[in-house]
Amino acid sequence: MVAPQELAVQPKKELTPKEEKTVPARYYVPNTDIHETDEALTLVMEMPGVEKKNIDVKLENDVLRIEGRIDFSKYEGLDPVYAEYNVGHFSRTFALSNKIDQDRIQADLQDGILTLTLPKAKQALPRQIPIN
Amino acid sequence: MAMLFSDPFESLFNLQKALDAFHASGWLEPGPSAGGTYPPLNVFRKDDDAVVIIELPGVKKTDVDIQAKGSTIRISGTRTIEFPQKAGIHRRERIAGRFDRAITIPFEVNVEEVKAEYRDGILALFLPRAEQDKPRSIKLP
Repeated sequence: MVAPQELAVQPKKELTPKEEKTVPARYYVPNTDIHETDEALTLVMEMPGVEKKNIDVKLENDVLRIEGRIDFSKYEGLDPVYAEYNVGHFSRTFALSNKIDQDRIQADLQDGILTLTLPKAKQALPRQIPIN
Repeated sequence: MAMLFSDPFESLFNLQKALDAFHASGWLEPGPSAGGTYPPLNVFRKDDDAVVIIELPGVKKTDVDIQAKGSTIRISGTRTIEFPQKAGIHRRERIAGRFDRAITIPFEVNVEEVKAEYRDGILALFLPRAEQDKPRSIKLP
């Protein structure tokens, strides 16, 4: 096995939203891995500091919108003296090219990683055609 | 600097502005053994003590190692990312690998009392200032 590489800092990318937020706070774009199998599309998103109850996943007209809010009240009573990264809510939107079975979407949150499993709808599954 | 939390809609923005103001401030001295720059960290003051907050999304608790000696704290570990076999990869933005970083806090730390908490991909280190290093108030006679 190859020795694991040294991790480099990935600066947080600020979200440039399509519609403006009514509150001035900044949002960030979560780093995301996407992979696809025959049955499902899986999204793996980095959302450090977001609790389960503060995640919203919406799928409408093949547009998947994910929002994760951090609980910044935890910073109460703390005075910053040195900062290398900023904090904020996370938001990202994807246009899906597959038909998804909405009722079977699964979400799992562990160590700040949101894993979304989007099973493809029956009619979108590849069908094996037997040759006579 | 006191932070304002009176207005819930403004407070996150205030926190973000405060973090901007202290971006790469001179408070933290460069580490002794240099080491890497990953993971990025924020340092807060709470009374006499310091709280270091580090984002480590996707790193398992058992894969993080924290050592404290004198005023130096070393954080090392590994992030592993697994892809299922037979999956087509559309997007790959997350990175796997190891990290090793040492930081030196500009005061004497009571190493026995250092506490670490890891939740939701966030590591928080509570570094209490050593009793003998705390400032004394001098009363005017």
